[in-house]
Amino acid sequence: MIDWGAIFSNAAVELISPTTAAYALAALGLAIHFGYTGLLNFGQAGFMALGAYGFAISTLSFGFPVWGAVLVGVGASVVFALILGIPTLRLRADYLAIVTIAAAEIVRLLFTTNTFEPLTGSANGLSGYKGGFSSLNPIPEGTYGFGPFEYNAYDWWLRIVAWTIVVLACLLTWQIMRSPWGRVIKGIREDEDAVRALGKNVYSYKMQSLILGGVFGTIAGMIFVLPRAVVPSNYQTSLTFFIYAILLLGGASTILGPVIGSMIFWVLLSFFSGFIARAVEAGWLPFMTSIQAGQLRFILVGVAIMLIVIFRPQGIFGNKKELAFVK
Amino acid sequence: MSNNTVPSNKPIKSTDLHIGEAAPGCKKRDPILVADGVSRTFGGLKAVDVDHVEIPRGAITALIGPNGAGKTTLFNLLTGFDKPDTGSWTFEGRSLSGMPAFKVARMGQVRTFQLTKALGLLTVMDNMLLGAKGQTGENLFRAIFPFFWRKQEEDNRARAIDILERFKLDTKKDDYAASLSGGQRKLLEMARALMSEPTLVMLDEPMAGVNPALTQSLLDHILNLKTQGMTVLFVEHDMHMVRHIADWVIVMAEGKVVAEGDPHEVMRNPAVIDAYLGQHHDEDLGEDPAAETEHVEAIKELLD
Repeated sequence: MIDWGAIFSNAAVELISPTTAAYALAALGLAIHFGYTGLLNFGQAGFMALGAYGFAISTLSFGFPVWGAVLVGVGASVVFALILGIPTLRLRADYLAIVTIAAAEIVRLLFTTNTFEPLTGSANGLSGYKGGFSSLNPIPEGTYGFGPFEYNAYDWWLRIVAWTIVVLACLLTWQIMRSPWGRVIKGIREDEDAVRALGKNVYSYKMQSLILGGVFGTIAGMIFVLPRAVVPSNYQTSLTFFIYAILLLGGASTILGPVIGSMIFWVLLSFFSGFIARAVEAGWLPFMTSIQAGQLRFILVGVAIMLIVIFRPQGIFGNKKELAFVK
Repeated sequence: MSNNTVPSNKPIKSTDLHIGEAAPGCKKRDPILVADGVSRTFGGLKAVDVDHVEIPRGAITALIGPNGAGKTTLFNLLTGFDKPDTGSWTFEGRSLSGMPAFKVARMGQVRTFQLTKALGLLTVMDNMLLGAKGQTGENLFRAIFPFFWRKQEEDNRARAIDILERFKLDTKKDDYAASLSGGQRKLLEMARALMSEPTLVMLDEPMAGVNPALTQSLLDHILNLKTQGMTVLFVEHDMHMVRHIADWVIVMAEGKVVAEGDPHEVMRNPAVIDAYLGQHHDEDLGEDPAAETEHVEAIKELLD
């Protein structure tokens, strides 16, 4: 019959996995863009790709140390944000949405094309860039932990670094959002002309927000590739939409929302896929092959997003009071 | 501050503002804003075409005119929210042409909007604090460290409470601005503009959609701005209000300034009557039976 223990422990593992941390950080970046500033960035996958490739290429092709590789990724995303922002931030919000979705695809296709294969590895992607990061690991060799959370030294090191970055990013975001800077940002979300009439340089604030959230996405992209390889097909538009799903699940203009949202998202996704795969094996779903079962979980994600938006549009941590005034 | 006193029902009018005849574009003794040759077209429509206009300092100036006269467009141009095709203008002797809106506001020329722009999901207090100028905490890097801006924030908060008390919004300070009534939002927008300590306040239809009970209090607030030494320029349709509080009236029609003068004189100006009622309002149009039957025929044809 169904091995419930395995399903639940596989789901629990996702709670603190580096992938969950990466999605949480990327969603926090989107919270700055969409939740606080009202910028419709549909290109978060592009920022993540720049982080992943910036880190991997500068390590593999140019032999940069870890900090240098991180700086290259961050620098690339700042440039990307400027390229996106300079022409579009003066226009209405929807133009940014169109430009970002296209730009993220351009980035992904540039990394996929054969022309730059020596650098990017084309469709096969890149691997073997983790040496620098794992050599920084202070944890002695061995296996630690209990129950489903049993990892070797590298995996613990990765989890500790990833979640430390997430916590620091949350603290930073919380602090700036309760400062006068955050007040201007939230004012821009409500009505940018009113903020402009009060003497604030709206364009500059939107740019700062775009860069900051983009850098969060870039660092998330680096965390994302540390437990796996860099593969261009990971950075499709659907990645951005999963991050939006996490953001809406948690609450768009909240700090904890993206983090808890990411945990719930990954635990549920793992639970669904484990359950469905085993249910098909056990013959509970005779109308389905195991390949179809693999796709079903994303259908369930889609249904879940729709249910959230209909029944709890403010997300888990969102303020119910705000909803009373949504036009 | 000493402005808690209710102003008298008969506001003290500033007089002797102009030099020479009160004609369109006439010189003022002490202009705060001077515009020259400002024009703006939308497609084939010349929305604004002002040769020369001066706004007197320390007075309340009303900008009136029928719908579509270009009043709001002129507002947008003067405050940097729109770019003119031609023209230049100076504010306190400094050229403002081509300057973006936020810089115009920083120079002390603050505006409100015809459709109120209260920032709904910010509290009333946050709305107010947003108005304060030169905040250190609005820099991203200083924002991270509260000790850079805490003191200034407290000062601004005290000032905001002071202004909110005058506008009787202090009890609402922790509510979302979206929960305010339309009239209260107008008040909040005006209060927020005052947080930036402006020298020229430009109000775009401050009375639109405000119930009569609140009108008097809004009028008093506008008069208070003058007693505090600010210059007010406002767009309005309500003639009673214009007559009541304005020291000077500028009349626009079809994008041009057609008349200027003190409120009682200007209402008698034939150009103003023409602008509002049309040039042929006093001619008997009469009935033209020939044209009438022609129309009836045309309509019948259409119906068939």
